[in-house]
Amino acid sequence: MAVRVQAGDFDVGAELDALTKGSKRIGGLAVFVGLVREMHVREGYHKDRVDALTLEHYPGMTEKALEDIEAEAQRRWPLEATLIVHRYGRMEPGERIVLVAVGSPHREAAFEACEFLVDWLKTKAPFWKLEETPAGDKWVGSHDADDKAAARWEK
Amino acid sequence: MKVKYFAWMKRTVGVADEEVSPPAEVRTVGDLVTWLRERSAGHAEALSEGAAFGAAVDKRTATFDVSIVGASEVAFFPPFTGG
Repeated sequence: MAVRVQAGDFDVGAELDALTKGSKRIGGLAVFVGLVREMHVREGYHKDRVDALTLEHYPGMTEKALEDIEAEAQRRWPLEATLIVHRYGRMEPGERIVLVAVGSPHREAAFEACEFLVDWLKTKAPFWKLEETPAGDKWVGSHDADDKAAARWEK
Repeated sequence: MKVKYFAWMKRTVGVADEEVSPPAEVRTVGDLVTWLRERSAGHAEALSEGAAFGAAVDKRTATFDVSIVGASEVAFFPPFTGG
């Protein structure tokens, strides 16, 4: 059960090895890795090329928010292991931004909890994307689709 | 009390954080927003009625009715866009 916020990249294989090491109760491990996209698709068409993005966050609050989200997942599903690693700072297309891994005795709980964690961290953790485009830097607005995805889990 | 601003709000206000001493009648996040608007044109714009922003009191998300009495840090920020 761990949450980390860091500037540097992470090694997915090493993270998963460390997460499951010593546990004999995990039957399924669901993993999500978020990457920086080269093209920014907005309103269904490629509007702006994104050269890089800088992710700003709120040190101190980010960790608390991610721990709250992790605790909520553990309350809802029988989980043996959870890991959230989120980067901040400048990243270029193709780079990893976020890793979410969830281990459970059964795959259904692992899949569902992993999706829940990704949906909630997008709307409840204090991160803001600044995109570098040929037209200059701009702050990304919130996305309706993300709000709707997160709202599915409200209860 | 320290007030912090993030993302575009930091640019609009002109500072990332500032120390403020609001009067005793400023008791909630909403009261603080109203009071901060008077500090500068940048504050008024960033914290305007029509702007979409949220707040946190001592690093926990807070609605405008939440008390700030005794708080050491209040933050204002646009909707989150992480992941």
